[in-house]
Amino acid sequence: MPILAKTGNEAMAEAMRQINPDVVAAYPITPATEVVMIFSGFVADGLVDTEFVAVESEHSAMSACVGAAATGARVMTGTSSQGLQLMSEILPIASALRLPIVLCEVNRALSAPINIHCDHSDTMAVRDFGWMQIYAENAQEAYDSIIQMIKVSEDERVRLPGMVSTDGFIISHCMEKIDALDDGEVKKYIGDIKVVNSVLDLEKPISLGSLDLQDYYFEHKMPLVEAMGKAKGVIGEVARDFGKRFGREYGLLEEYKLRDAEIALVAMGSTCGTARAVVDELRQKGIKAGLLKVRVFRPFPAEEIVEALSKVKAAAIMDRSDMFSNQGGQLFAEIRSAMYEQKTRPLLSNYIYGLGGREISLDDIRKVFGEQKEIAGSGNVKKLVQHFGVRE
Amino acid sequence: MGWKELGHGDSLPGGTAAEFQTGDWRSEKPVFVKENCINCYFCWIYCPDSAILLDENNKVVGIDYRYCKGCGICDKECPTKKEKRAITMEAERK
Repeated sequence: MPILAKTGNEAMAEAMRQINPDVVAAYPITPATEVVMIFSGFVADGLVDTEFVAVESEHSAMSACVGAAATGARVMTGTSSQGLQLMSEILPIASALRLPIVLCEVNRALSAPINIHCDHSDTMAVRDFGWMQIYAENAQEAYDSIIQMIKVSEDERVRLPGMVSTDGFIISHCMEKIDALDDGEVKKYIGDIKVVNSVLDLEKPISLGSLDLQDYYFEHKMPLVEAMGKAKGVIGEVARDFGKRFGREYGLLEEYKLRDAEIALVAMGSTCGTARAVVDELRQKGIKAGLLKVRVFRPFPAEEIVEALSKVKAAAIMDRSDMFSNQGGQLFAEIRSAMYEQKTRPLLSNYIYGLGGREISLDDIRKVFGEQKEIAGSGNVKKLVQHFGVRE
Repeated sequence: MGWKELGHGDSLPGGTAAEFQTGDWRSEKPVFVKENCINCYFCWIYCPDSAILLDENNKVVGIDYRYCKGCGICDKECPTKKEKRAITMEAERK
């Protein structure tokens, strides 16, 4: 297994090279440009067999992906921020037609004001479109997750599109050590795509995407509900199998020193790395702090999160996006909702942080844990939702 | 039909449009006059609903009113002269 020095974007492009998809249709956007730019170099150099479609917008990119996937091809793309929003019209079509497209996403704030740095607003905005979502903490996890996502999305029980995201610039442009797989291992692991439906199959001609009004539209949404339900188990199964084969374990969640923790921080993406360092520091001081990393946001691992936080007194839910509902961020809303039926539950509070790439430092995390310690002691949540780190 | 019986990914078998008779959408209908037809097939090529009928010798013989929506493209494309039209549009209800 080769050890490589790669940025997040290079790692994602490398995973794409090894996956060798049949079709990639993409349009450049900072900070995800490099993913498909590097990949287009692989196409030009003949290192992959991919048909690369250089389209004129992200709307066209996703449209071309849908068309290609409808033939039974293995299809990938990459984008970020406004680009993902321009794909929005087509994203729910990809999931409803059950097309296993895999998208390499780099999290970036949404305009306005125009900004190129990390927050999770872009992927959160498309969370209800029937796409699976994995938020990778680092380049290694992004690389591994893209390869796993191919396996999950093409699984017959699932057959859904999925996106794997990294935090813009923090992960996408920082170089890390990557423990890569051999080309042959990846090829063997993912196997060939099983064609379930193909619009080019002359032996079994089909129509896709017919007009469907009051009589059957509702019924046609149900397989998507079922597939997303099954996806949770399959993501776990694929992650465990990946761990057995290649030695790196993943799950829906990752618990860090959470088992006996009294106070916890729940986060997604690169912030988890920062939080882990603070947890270690607090543990040395005898403070029972823990971290819950939410790796998979769609399907949402509600029961697993409830279970993981069941013994915690106070938990800070960290949202790197706001949904302007006046009730906190998306992760907070989901977790708070999941806790409703529990007789005993931790005191929850929401920290909306890091919008537009605002740094979250070790000191910031220390402060959050300090407030959690106070909440756990007093049993009193003073601020349910706060915009953390913003200048008043 | 319940949702579990539906085809994968919103797919339907090919050719199901044949079961959907769109003729009752029509407010005007093309009227075909066989003697004036020169069998150029313009109407047959341009008809968006494949509603131009051919006989076993591939000669145009009329309109399939089960599917014809009365769009008038056949009339528009028909090259026959005004006094000897092969296709003319008429109101369904006068």
